[in-house]
Amino acid sequence: ETTKKMFATRFARAALVIAEHNNVNLSASTLSAVSAASKLGDVTVLISGNNCGGVAEEASKVSSVSKVLLSQDSSLEKGLAENMTNAALNSINSGDYTHVIAPSSNFGKNYIPRLAAELDVAPITDVTEIVNESTFVRPMYAGNALATVTSSDKLKLMTVRTTAFEKSATSGGSASVEDLAVSDANASLSTFVSEALSSSDRPDLTSARVVVSGGRGMKSGENFKMLEDLADKLGGAVGASRAAVDAGYVPNELQIGQTGKVVAPELYIAVGISGAIQHLSGMKDSKTIVAINKDPDAPIFQVSDYGLAADLFDAVPELSSKV
Amino acid sequence: QKMKVIVGVKRVIDYAAKVRVATNKSGVELNNVKMSLNPFCEIAVEEAIRMKEKKSASEVVVVSVGPKGATEQIRQALAMGADRGIHIQTDMRLDQELQPLAVAKLLKSVVDTEAPNVVVLGKQSIDGDCAQTGPMLASMLKWPQATFACKVDVSEDKSKFTVERETDSGTEVIEVNAPAIITADLRLNEPRYATLPNIMKAKKKKVETIDAASLGIDLAPRITVVEVNEPPARKGGIMVEDVDTLVDKLKNTAAVI
Repeated sequence: ETTKKMFATRFARAALVIAEHNNVNLSASTLSAVSAASKLGDVTVLISGNNCGGVAEEASKVSSVSKVLLSQDSSLEKGLAENMTNAALNSINSGDYTHVIAPSSNFGKNYIPRLAAELDVAPITDVTEIVNESTFVRPMYAGNALATVTSSDKLKLMTVRTTAFEKSATSGGSASVEDLAVSDANASLSTFVSEALSSSDRPDLTSARVVVSGGRGMKSGENFKMLEDLADKLGGAVGASRAAVDAGYVPNELQIGQTGKVVAPELYIAVGISGAIQHLSGMKDSKTIVAINKDPDAPIFQVSDYGLAADLFDAVPELSSKV
Repeated sequence: QKMKVIVGVKRVIDYAAKVRVATNKSGVELNNVKMSLNPFCEIAVEEAIRMKEKKSASEVVVVSVGPKGATEQIRQALAMGADRGIHIQTDMRLDQELQPLAVAKLLKSVVDTEAPNVVVLGKQSIDGDCAQTGPMLASMLKWPQATFACKVDVSEDKSKFTVERETDSGTEVIEVNAPAIITADLRLNEPRYATLPNIMKAKKKKVETIDAASLGIDLAPRITVVEVNEPPARKGGIMVEDVDTLVDKLKNTAAVI
């Protein structure tokens, strides 16, 4: 039955977006996935979680969304890959989709490949451009090569780089919300034990307009306070290089780079960051890049629009006082 | 109770090497470029060896799919402390033609033969940056998965893994039943350097070679690379003398604050 559905000839294209949320609010990344999906076909959004009716309501108002599917189960509350895969399969089997899209994040990268293998399709990770229904651009080698690829699979599964797609408006949509029961969500292969989240009033790192980022040059976690002050002055978020996270100055979710988060804010201020290729990979699409580093030969100055070779411990407080 | 660990390792362009796109746009230039063990695979090998040192594992088998040169990466893993190697030989291009779906199927055939308690892989390879092989293999085996692991503990009776993993908003701890797939993130451990005596010992460890084409698995790529381009270059920037100039530029030229 599934095979028949996947290979049926169809004229209308239908895209299923698997939303990212925390059971309370839809994530900004989902809005980018929706706008990417809207280039491919009619958009249905799957909200899979627990006690997340509110998220489904929120999704129904997003511009470009035609339908919202709501699958709830206690086993889906924490996004365990095996259970997310079951819920996703359930919704794919309930419709006639040509494309399945999720934001490219640790959350999406956890279950999308598992889902792909269940369907025996090759997913395309981190799409930055949709050329047509089967042709996409994606970065390789830490963004030092951009590959234009075509997929021969009948069902195209992909994750999209959210910085490459503008967010759909959060109002203007009036989609229906449909309960989609998942009878076998719980694969019972893994158990959620606990989580450690940092809470912040600052904007989400991947969608902030301004990002102030610190590297090994910050020398300690306490010193990040001056970056937080600058970020607050500018209404921005705080990020970090891998070196700063490895050294224990800041937690891992602040890491920007090839294997961390990718950001593309209006303004990226790199403080005490040398500019390794792997870091550049996560921020070189920022509109304006500022670099502050004591070493005038630091590679970061090769990508910055404005470079200040100065002691950050003088420059950053001065900058904070003058913006 | 014996526990066998399988570790998958990939031969990739060295992380510090400058990546150049071929003039005919067919892909990244691989000729005369330094090749190395994928950093995340190295972390995976280290974790497997630590399991053996903690007596949570009795044997570490390292597997690599690739050309003849991939045996270098297998020998490096053996020098770090793995016990034996399996080289699945193919001349398919590892960063384009041979794709994660096919690699996962090849690894599954090894798992079916070797029956390990756990397979540890790197979370992604730095050439394709796909981050797919681990979860795909888990799906094919119907095993649980613990991706982006930053800490792994094996239960006394080896029936469970408690894994702390990196998420988008911090970390979480999950428990997975053995057998399982674990993918290694950056901070899982710091891999050891192979000492010279261990490098010499590694030369004598057994490495079995299997021809990928002989395994009866469809390795054909589903995704075709149409062309590969360099990313657009950023417009050159300037150095500023002081903070006042910087603020002026940001307010009046870039108009971003």
